[in-house]
Amino acid sequence: MENIINLKDIEVVFEDGERILKKINLDIKDKEFVTFLGPSGCGKTTTLRIIGGFLEPTSGDVFFEGKRINGLPPYKRNVNTVFQRYALFPHLNVYENIAFGLKVKKLPDKEIVRRVGEMLELVNLKGFEKRSVSRLSGGQQQRVAIARALVNHPKVLLLDEPLGALDLKLRKEMQVELRKIQQALELTFIYVTHDQEEALTMSDTVVVMNNGNIQQIGSPTDIYNEPVNAFVADFIGESNIINGIMPEDCVAEFSGHRFECVDKGFAKNERVDVVIRPEDIKIIPPEKAKLTGIVESVVFKGVHYEMTVDGMEHKWIIHSTLHEPVGTMIGMDIAPFDIHIMKKSEE
Amino acid sequence: MKKLGKIYLALVLFFLYIPIFVLIVFSFNESKSRSVFSGFTLDWYRKLFQNDIIISSLVNTIIIAVLASIISTVLGTLAAIGINGMRKVPKAVVMNITNMPIINPEIVTGVSLMLLFVFFAARMNLEFGFVTLLIAHITFDVPYVILNIMPKFRQMDPHLYEAAQDLGCNPFSAFIKVVLPEIMPGVVSGFLMAFTYSLDDFVISYFTSGSSSQTLPVTIYSMTRRKVSPEINALSTIIFGVVVIILIVKNVIELRQMKKKEA
Amino acid sequence: MKTKWVSAPYLVWMTVFIAVPLLMIAVFAFTSNDGGFTIKNIQDVGQYANIFFRSIWLSVIATAICLVMAYPVSFILSRMEKHRQATMLMIVMLPMWMNFLLRTYAWMTLLGNNGVINHLLGLIGIGPLKLINTSGAVVLGMVYNYLPFMILPLYSVMVKIDKSVIEAASDLGCGSFATLFRVIVPLSLPGITSGITMVFVPAISTFIISRMLGGGSNLLIGDLIEMQFLGNAYNPHLGAAISLVLMVIILVIMTVMNQFSPDDQVLI
Repeated sequence: MENIINLKDIEVVFEDGERILKKINLDIKDKEFVTFLGPSGCGKTTTLRIIGGFLEPTSGDVFFEGKRINGLPPYKRNVNTVFQRYALFPHLNVYENIAFGLKVKKLPDKEIVRRVGEMLELVNLKGFEKRSVSRLSGGQQQRVAIARALVNHPKVLLLDEPLGALDLKLRKEMQVELRKIQQALELTFIYVTHDQEEALTMSDTVVVMNNGNIQQIGSPTDIYNEPVNAFVADFIGESNIINGIMPEDCVAEFSGHRFECVDKGFAKNERVDVVIRPEDIKIIPPEKAKLTGIVESVVFKGVHYEMTVDGMEHKWIIHSTLHEPVGTMIGMDIAPFDIHIMKKSEE
Repeated sequence: MKKLGKIYLALVLFFLYIPIFVLIVFSFNESKSRSVFSGFTLDWYRKLFQNDIIISSLVNTIIIAVLASIISTVLGTLAAIGINGMRKVPKAVVMNITNMPIINPEIVTGVSLMLLFVFFAARMNLEFGFVTLLIAHITFDVPYVILNIMPKFRQMDPHLYEAAQDLGCNPFSAFIKVVLPEIMPGVVSGFLMAFTYSLDDFVISYFTSGSSSQTLPVTIYSMTRRKVSPEINALSTIIFGVVVIILIVKNVIELRQMKKKEA
Repeated sequence: MKTKWVSAPYLVWMTVFIAVPLLMIAVFAFTSNDGGFTIKNIQDVGQYANIFFRSIWLSVIATAICLVMAYPVSFILSRMEKHRQATMLMIVMLPMWMNFLLRTYAWMTLLGNNGVINHLLGLIGIGPLKLINTSGAVVLGMVYNYLPFMILPLYSVMVKIDKSVIEAASDLGCGSFATLFRVIVPLSLPGITSGITMVFVPAISTFIISRMLGGGSNLLIGDLIEMQFLGNAYNPHLGAAISLVLMVIILVIMTVMNQFSPDDQVLI
């Protein structure tokens, strides 16, 4: 697959000196569903706005199909945006909203009618043509926003937290639907969200961002299973993150004990972050375990129980289908390949 | 584009402020000239304060503005409560008549009141002066009070009043304890609006005042009819200064309140 | 509860001091000095057609200038950062707090034959020009006095236009002009119409501006009315008739304006 968008050393510094993006480099492949994931203020929306043309980077270059497009205004870019709160035109009805872009380009009426019709069908809004957009539900407004962008046949669709305003059930439905649309139309989708579950279920590639830096780029499986640092590990699902050191290859020391692991290539006695997923901790009798703790709370989460266990230096979070009563002393066991060792991030 | 906008804004502000600036400068001018600044003096300010007509009409203006705004606030608040309880058609009729003084050109309101007063003057020994001025001011003030309060009723939860009664209030105390606090912001802004309009009004006062009692704007008007009267410059400077101070104080207070809310 | 009785005092007041006086205008307009019915007053208004046309013409020009001048101001204001908006708005509205007469008087000072502008022009060897007592001066006075009446309603509508709606227009292929005419203008239409009425009504009925800046040769409808009531021409019946015609003109124009204003537009 070819790259459709390249970002080279993109930096954004606001007037007050705040660095929103710190020299970002990113290649986005054609026909991919890419998600920018990160907490608010991490720079994900800023990156999207740079691609959309709403914001000029302070330095760095933006390439679209190999051509530098810095300074090109949004209306000359072959990308369209689905805005956070939809930004539908309140003075136009559903049909006119969707037809807007085509009318601006002065396409023949027949063509407009045909393409808007196609879109209405795609987003299941047939029969709503004459409806005022202010009288649509949130989900319907969302669909109009998607149709209004897609009708222009952009090569890339930018979506800025498009499902943020919807309730949980509708959000799940729209996730599936968006993914379907993306695959059916074979388009590149760039999707911004702070919801890690959304990112993992929808994307081909996830770009995890924090503090204006890209932390990790990878498939959802990679990101989940092989987080490159403690931030990613913590942000993607809950994790136990403990300070440790690496006395030698394949041996980690934390909580006062040495554990076998599979990571190597660290300096001798390098300080590291040890990351352990809550579901990777097995409960065993305390006399057989290196790690012990007292159960502090148990919450039923539907599929599993979430237990907080007070170890000596760390409060462990454990997900398990079994549970022990509060106050019991338990032992914890972790398999070597479930102990993830990560370099301390510099910040 | 951004720069262009700033330049444009600056030009418009220049247009808005240059006449005021010129008035202020010439209020300190020694000679009566309107074009050449010949030397600094405070004479015009002294003359202004020695001018009995100006001082008495200023006092008059303030008395009328205070009385008219208080009376119209009471009258308007009661009116708004009543109108809110009306059915659709009578409500629409009353609101349409209430809107008349706002929609109509001031001169028409002024002239219509003058016709009424002339009619009464002939039959009931009414003299144009303080009473007619006060009535006129109340008449154009009340609609602003009502218009400021009505939206507050619409924003209010209709069940509040019932809830208060449910919790043991009689209708009167329910009103005092629950409804009044809800519409209070509208009452206050209505009062302030009525007060400023009263202070500022010229046209309606012009048609309804008599020689015995005039407001400051009417006096100013007769001064402008004379060719040159630099006291007006001094008066403008003082008024402008007072307005600036009031607005700055108001803004500072609002800013503090905003910060308090944030904290 | 019978809350409606508390409005009784106001209803009496409203009837006596708003409704009756307006009815009296109508009655006076259609009666003669001896109290008999006549349409002569209305017919006489026809003699002043030129003054009516001048009033309409000058106030239309002034309203148009206000709209063109105010539109960018309001837009720039509405796009500023929130805390700067409040301050800028205050600065723009501040001159309004000066009495209308003083503001107009200020222009007398500036435009007069011995005024500041002619003095400055004289220094570079131009003039003196006849600035005051022209219809141009009247229009200038109207624009100066009523410009904030245009800025305020425009601003309050524009500030509700979400930034992303403008970005969406750009995203969908609109350049600056297309964005302006396809999105911003339609969305600010309610502000445009109320701004136009707020400027046009006082402009067409003023008598101060024409008297102070227009000299004797630029009479407007307002002057005509004033002269019938407080001037030498004392004739309240004719004055009432002119007022009535003025009200009808304004009513017609406002009805036309309301046609352009979308009725159930809700800004999301």
